[in-house]
Amino acid sequence: MAITLKEAAKLEDRFTGGHRLCAGCGAGVTVRAVLRCIKPEDKAVIAAATGCLEVSSFLYPYTAWKDSFIHNAFENAAATLSGVEAAYNILKKKGKVKDNHKFIAFGGDGGTYDIGLQSLSGAMERGHDMVYVCYDNGAYMNTGIQRSSATPKYANTTTSPAGKVLPGKQQFRKNLTEVMAAHNIPYVAQTAPFGAFKDIHEKSEKAIYKNGPAFLNVFTPCPRGWRYETPKLMEIIKLAVDTCYWPLYEVEDGQWRLNYRPKEKRPITEFLKLQGRFKHLFNEENKGLLDELQNEIDIKWENLLSKCEAKEK
Amino acid sequence: MSIKDKLSGNEAIATAMKQINPDVVAAFPITPSTEVPQYFSQFVANGTVDTEFVAVESEHSAMSACVGASAAGARVMTATSANGLALMWEILYIASSMRLPIVMSVINRALSGPINIHNDHSDSMGARDSGWIQLYSEDNQEAYDNIIQAIKISEHGNVKLPVMVCLDGFIISHSVENIEILDTNKVRAFIGEYNPTEYLLNTQEPVAMGPLDLPPHYFEHKRQQAEGIKNAKDIILDVAKEYEQISGRKYGLFEEYRMEDAEVAIIVLNSTAGTAKEVVDMIRENGAKAGLIKLRVFRPFPSSELKKALSNVKVVAVMDKAESFSDAGGPMFVEVRSALYGQESPKIVNYIYGLGGRDVRKDDILKVYDEMFWILERGTVDNIYNYLGLKE
Repeated sequence: MAITLKEAAKLEDRFTGGHRLCAGCGAGVTVRAVLRCIKPEDKAVIAAATGCLEVSSFLYPYTAWKDSFIHNAFENAAATLSGVEAAYNILKKKGKVKDNHKFIAFGGDGGTYDIGLQSLSGAMERGHDMVYVCYDNGAYMNTGIQRSSATPKYANTTTSPAGKVLPGKQQFRKNLTEVMAAHNIPYVAQTAPFGAFKDIHEKSEKAIYKNGPAFLNVFTPCPRGWRYETPKLMEIIKLAVDTCYWPLYEVEDGQWRLNYRPKEKRPITEFLKLQGRFKHLFNEENKGLLDELQNEIDIKWENLLSKCEAKEK
Repeated sequence: MSIKDKLSGNEAIATAMKQINPDVVAAFPITPSTEVPQYFSQFVANGTVDTEFVAVESEHSAMSACVGASAAGARVMTATSANGLALMWEILYIASSMRLPIVMSVINRALSGPINIHNDHSDSMGARDSGWIQLYSEDNQEAYDNIIQAIKISEHGNVKLPVMVCLDGFIISHSVENIEILDTNKVRAFIGEYNPTEYLLNTQEPVAMGPLDLPPHYFEHKRQQAEGIKNAKDIILDVAKEYEQISGRKYGLFEEYRMEDAEVAIIVLNSTAGTAKEVVDMIRENGAKAGLIKLRVFRPFPSSELKKALSNVKVVAVMDKAESFSDAGGPMFVEVRSALYGQESPKIVNYIYGLGGRDVRKDDILKVYDEMFWILERGTVDNIYNYLGLKE
């Protein structure tokens, strides 16, 4: 079911204002968009991995979550929510819980791609009826911008600094969305709070109301870590999608589907130049690195198209 | 009517769990506790219990799922050993800080490295400061009895803390003994329904758990947790009294064996107490005044009660089946000596023994008593910190 922006605007926000996330942070936007897609009559339990979102939204004695919320540790949001879901199943069977509950975990890329990967993989494999949402901002932002396996190549972070010998992070980012698709769970999607939010709303709704585990990888800019001007949030998201750095696609019951094809594929430099973390790439001597990044994006985009088109034929 | 049955320690634990019929069990296999979830998953498969069994991908996730399930309002149990407990480490602290009444059997085993699957207490002793109540069990019967009591202790409104029930790997977990099990209805009536007040699935009142807790509040929350463990002492005794009424078996913070007029005494945990009791009987037959204290509750530590129990004893030997690498004695020794500080007597001596499953025979324990009588005669302790049964 499509949710128009007009309809979405009427829904109650389940994540309140007054949280302490930075201005221009994508995480709050992502969380609000996902939670909006829970039907108003349904209850939810939200779990979060340790990270910006958690420390900014639940600072004792205040909480920004209208639904029940649990934070356990950095690497175990999925395992924690597995337990919650197991408890729900039995308590519902015993008649101790009456309402319908939905289970949603939020983790940054550090708590998802890296330290939390095992618990995420385990929970998905066991088939718990939950949605795991990775808000991917491409580094350990909460501890001061250290590199993660989601950090793009050549990004300047505090543990992959651009210096005299090394121009930032040395590796391409892990493709977690495809790793999750390989779990053969009912629903995996890559999305972003893009345009009129149609993509993220539709995918969130599908993920939440699909039986069994679902994974959403959401492109979530970070003004502190990426060094962009606060009002540029939506522009950066649009460029990530239009450069095909962050393609919007889904894998539903094993079927790959591209959800957005840019009218004009923009060069990756347009996405990079708005961000201070790539500033060093625009020095004359690093021209070859930009070419390398463009080449890599082109190859990955073609690979994705072939996966999606192969199914469409 | 109680029922007599021949059960291994692990079977006794699984049987108690079957009778408890917890809402959620999340577990990962690790020797020698593997049989507990193994037996239990068979109960689940046969519909003997209606528990949600979550076969997680690691002990870290086992404890994480237990925290989630318990926070959600379910009655939750698990089991582990050694490295499995070590992998749960981080989450043990979180479970107790959230005041979640999770009950876990810890089938004691040596911690790597080097890797060793046999019994000692390095695992649970390492977890002693994680805010969990710790009960220790001499034999299969006590393991069974402790598990049932643990549910009631942990869920008590003045406690609200997780409990680990410890028993010796292989020596108890894999040895078959005759034990008395209670009628299931009696067990269920004893533990009652679990009705938490604040929980995630409470639709009337959503709750947020596990906040960022900065300096203005963290200290107070830790103080409250300490209050829970302090309250636990009385609750453990109350639950034991109540349990005695349905089982006829008596439990306290520790068991005093032939301590009435004892001049020398050993303090020990778990199965070694059984061997040591025989040695005490042998010594008593020769007219010497030997006694034994078997600690059941290590957390909260019964300092004042032990001090009283040892007030007329001349020499005490604390036997630790774990090293703490402090170069000043094992973990229990430190606690006992601290409890006795400021008193003239008894003299105190420490033995590290049985590490990695090294067999402890009656002769070994007799040696400890011999040395205590020698200390009594000479009036001085030459070596406070000793290794027992080590190949020199």
